[in-house]
Amino acid sequence: VGVPVRTWLSRVSRRRPADPSELVSTEDALLQQLAESVLKIDCATELRVHLANSLPLPSNANRPRIDLIVFVINLHSKYSLQKVEESLNHVDSSFFLGKVCFLVTGAGRESHCSVHQNTVMKLAHTYRSPLLFCDLQVESFRAAMAQRLVRVLQVCAGHVPGISALNLLSLLRSPENPPSKEL
Amino acid sequence: MDENVAEFLRRIILKIPLCEMKTILEAWDFLSEDQLQSINLKQRKEFLAQEVILLCEDKCASLDDMALLDLMYTQFHRHQKLWNVFQMSKEPGGNDVDLFDMEQFQSSFKRILQRALKNVTVSFRVYEKNSVWIRVAWGTQYSQPNQYKPTFVVYYPQTPYVFISSCYLKSTVPLLHQALKVASKHHQMAQLDLRSRHLDSLTAIVFNEYDQTFENYNSTASWREGSLGLKTDLDSKIIHENTEEKVRIHRATQEAFGAYPQPQLEFAQYKLETKFKSDVGGGILADRKEPLRCLVKFSSPHLLEALKSLAPAGIADTPLSPLLTCIPSKKMNYFKIRDK
Repeated sequence: VGVPVRTWLSRVSRRRPADPSELVSTEDALLQQLAESVLKIDCATELRVHLANSLPLPSNANRPRIDLIVFVINLHSKYSLQKVEESLNHVDSSFFLGKVCFLVTGAGRESHCSVHQNTVMKLAHTYRSPLLFCDLQVESFRAAMAQRLVRVLQVCAGHVPGISALNLLSLLRSPENPPSKEL
Repeated sequence: MDENVAEFLRRIILKIPLCEMKTILEAWDFLSEDQLQSINLKQRKEFLAQEVILLCEDKCASLDDMALLDLMYTQFHRHQKLWNVFQMSKEPGGNDVDLFDMEQFQSSFKRILQRALKNVTVSFRVYEKNSVWIRVAWGTQYSQPNQYKPTFVVYYPQTPYVFISSCYLKSTVPLLHQALKVASKHHQMAQLDLRSRHLDSLTAIVFNEYDQTFENYNSTASWREGSLGLKTDLDSKIIHENTEEKVRIHRATQEAFGAYPQPQLEFAQYKLETKFKSDVGGGILADRKEPLRCLVKFSSPHLLEALKSLAPAGIADTPLSPLLTCIPSKKMNYFKIRDK
């Protein structure tokens, strides 16, 4: 599940606002590592990462607005795909205008894959959202992906002047029907 | 020394890893202290074997001594055999007051085999006071025992349980069972659907010794986030949304598997003979009246720990199927499933 980036405007006193993002996946270890990589990025705004195994989130009064949801699917686990598909039903449609993306891991070890890459490509296409591939277990790849996510997050939170989440989404869309693999 | 006996000894020595040579030869307790000291453990195994053969010749070693060494080797390397579990029972109303006599058991066992086959090599070793290890090499009326395909038996006399290594020579099985029953004064012998290379795990399961919780273990402590592996460092910038769910999964796993380390098994096998059921109507298999035959086998270096970690790792939903969680309590890892 993606990492939504939330902005934490109201609570923090006049400091640069925090960007909360939501990472949703069944794979706790991967999420934890990715969240740590994201937080290591030295950006001007305050980042907050929420980790969840599935949506909807438990009802909690004081949750700030989410800016980006990243759904993390492990190709080695049909269960992770199933949970993401179930969670998608609980996402408000406004998020699909550039505030959702899919992050797929495990594509490198084909013999361990029980989910076909086409399945996730179709899923991303159905929800008109970008699909990213990354081997989250490799530190350097994870750090590079974390940087990308932070950039996307900043756009979604409205911190990059002149470009909105919807702009970014249409930039990412490839001219042919299948969505592009690379950001 | 007879050349067959010498060859047998040579092969045993070659089997033993160099790092264990001293330990096993000492435990064998056949060569004297001086002789053991004199062995050069840094030479190539072929020469080492020759040296040991000469020392044994000096002491007039017999085939039985070699068989005992083979038994000791197997005790150290018990995981090289696949162990089957049997439970013996007495007829009701029999004389339950019979006390177990080790000497009488051993001589009775040996006598039965020798009377039937004439050529058998039988060795005994009492181990840790509560079990006896038996090695049987099988021959026939007309041929010498084959020392390279022995059967091993581990019997716990205070219990009705016997562990027998899988034997290539299937024809010897009934005779072995008969000898065990008669010598131990039981009437029936039933095989459990439990098999593994890890003999210690089998005994733990069979004697219900696997659920020993450590004294210092505090089960409520694990509910704290720290021990659930959830890190909330980095100034609490990582927020875990599903802590309640994680606690529930942890609790469900504890209930199913307990808080103790699981006994080590390598596989669980399920033979299904059930009719095919499908949510989607139709399809080729849906109309079959005969049951679908299918074999599902789970393998792992440590199957039960792997099953225990499925739900916490987010790979499976809790609760796990009772067919998976009942393995130690039902003392089974081979299942036949039929429609009710």
